[in-house]
Amino acid sequence: MKRTLNAAAMSVSAMAAATTPAMAQSIDEKVNQIFSSATGWFVTLIFSPFPGTTFPWIVAWLVIAAAVFSIYFALIQFRAFPHSIALVKGDYSDPDDAGEVSHFQALATALSGTVGLGNIAGVAVAVGIGGPGATFWMILAGLLGMATKFTECTLGVKYRNEYEDGTVSGGPMYYMTKGFSERGLPAGKFMAVLFSIFCILGSLGGGNMFQANQAHAQIANVVGDYPGWITGIIFAGIVFAVIIGGLKSIASVTEKVVPFMGVLYVLTALVILLMNANMIGWAFGQIFAGAFTGLGVAGGMVGALIQGFKRAAFSNEAGVGSAAIAHSAVRTKEPITEGFVSLLEPFIDTVVICTMTALVIIITGQLISDPATGMYLLDEGGTTIQTIDGNKGVALTSAAFSASFGWFKYVLAIAVVLFAFSTMISWSYYGLKAWTFLFGEGHTKEVVFKVIFCIFVVIGASANLGPVIDFSDAAIFAMAVVNIVALYFLMPIVKRELHSYQSRLKSGEIRKFH
Amino acid sequence: MPKKIVVGYDDSDSSKATLDFAIELAKSQSAAIVIAHVLEWSPYSFLTPNEIEERHKRRNEELHRAETAVLAPVVKGLEGSGVEVSTALKYGGIADTLCDIVKAEGAVQIVVGRTGSSGLSSRIFGSVAGTLAQISPVPVTIVP
Repeated sequence: MKRTLNAAAMSVSAMAAATTPAMAQSIDEKVNQIFSSATGWFVTLIFSPFPGTTFPWIVAWLVIAAAVFSIYFALIQFRAFPHSIALVKGDYSDPDDAGEVSHFQALATALSGTVGLGNIAGVAVAVGIGGPGATFWMILAGLLGMATKFTECTLGVKYRNEYEDGTVSGGPMYYMTKGFSERGLPAGKFMAVLFSIFCILGSLGGGNMFQANQAHAQIANVVGDYPGWITGIIFAGIVFAVIIGGLKSIASVTEKVVPFMGVLYVLTALVILLMNANMIGWAFGQIFAGAFTGLGVAGGMVGALIQGFKRAAFSNEAGVGSAAIAHSAVRTKEPITEGFVSLLEPFIDTVVICTMTALVIIITGQLISDPATGMYLLDEGGTTIQTIDGNKGVALTSAAFSASFGWFKYVLAIAVVLFAFSTMISWSYYGLKAWTFLFGEGHTKEVVFKVIFCIFVVIGASANLGPVIDFSDAAIFAMAVVNIVALYFLMPIVKRELHSYQSRLKSGEIRKFH
Repeated sequence: MPKKIVVGYDDSDSSKATLDFAIELAKSQSAAIVIAHVLEWSPYSFLTPNEIEERHKRRNEELHRAETAVLAPVVKGLEGSGVEVSTALKYGGIADTLCDIVKAEGAVQIVVGRTGSSGLSSRIFGSVAGTLAQISPVPVTIVP
């Protein structure tokens, strides 16, 4: 998910606060006060740590769920990996279905909703606090998360609504209602409504205001400070043109540029790693040593583990339910094939892209360690590792890449802005699906939501609404609380689908076309 | 069963001339004509979530439009020409899909027009006629 951890968000908020006129600030402050006193309990509830630790229970909730699904489906993420690749390559696609959405397209679109700021800035925060060892736990959690995605996306396709005109609506709210009633379980409707409310809040917050806010911060960083509402109006205008005006060209340009940016990012990281090939062994040494000892980071091994798990869980959205909405729009005869395809997302997002960021930061020597003991040195606060020039968050990633290629910071700024935009487009869709689930399908109802969405773009970019952002982040993870409960109840259905598919694959009923 | 000749047809003026040529060819060889219309489509392009949702609907609309606005009038125009005419409508890369149609129909020859571009764009993007000349399993006639 394209959100940084709180540290990065706070530094951005501080920057925005410094530039906001005094008048507006007092209004902001009032809004902040009222909002935080009303919603603070909810944020605290979602992000509260286990007693006596700094480990947020929501992170444990996501990682334990991922482990349960990994065991229940007997490590499906590794067993089905080659088959998933074959599906994406189109080996099993019937040529007569050409012109329908391909598995590759479904994967690319879902990925463009998750790859972004989290992979760039979030990883820097994680490694900056948890040290290189955080990377190990991040990869582990990413690998486990693949099983969660597999489960939720299979269900998303299986229980979607198909309408007469050929369009579809799907997602957790549909498997909660239909799946639960099919199994004779109560409360499906209640959970679906709860999920939809959280989804709308998350879509307006983490999927919108936070993105607009970060995009403005990035642009201001490059061109100099200017009022955020300008960015907000421009962004809102573009979002409006795409989601209400149906202006396909902007969306399709973005959807083409975003994967290109993602590939450019990974390739640049690979080149930097190759340039420092003699250090790769050392870097992995640091990752393994750090994973089990912490190498001096705050909290030691546990500190590294918390940061790694947190980053993975926050980055790939496995268990949140958003990917289930994205994949359910795909027309396929076999729901399970979308599950197979989706399990590649945490792999690409977390195991590949996040790891690249971490490796570049480690290998370019951004983190300062004591040459005598090999332990990392902490800053005055004793929480984060000292870095060259004291960089944190996205600035740390930028510095690491720029150490090899000076021009990369401009590419990074463009990438962040585009990633923010593509996340907004994706989340506007997720929010809309939750909205139509609650209020019914219909053109006017849809336009109402889309207008609200555009208004929130302006608010997000111009205001320093920390508590609002906190609340909407909390809403996104509240989606995961409801969604994973549903997944536990519905996972036997996925198992049945899996067995049926595997036996037909064996018997040759499902065959390769290419 | 008469031999079959596949004609690449896209409703452009040049493809109409191509079709006229193919009809004469078919008459002289007492062959049948397969009018092939390919809707360009790549499974590796990128779509927004909304486009994905609407894709099935759009596809049906596109197929319907191609059938009624492109293929049906041509077939009607050829009634009484004395040549047996059938149609093929597919999605995909144009050259590859034309080859697939040739194989599926068991055709003996393929006739296509050309765009006439010789410069930079065809160097970068290639041309359907040029690609077909390289990959077609049957003889290709390119009509200027």
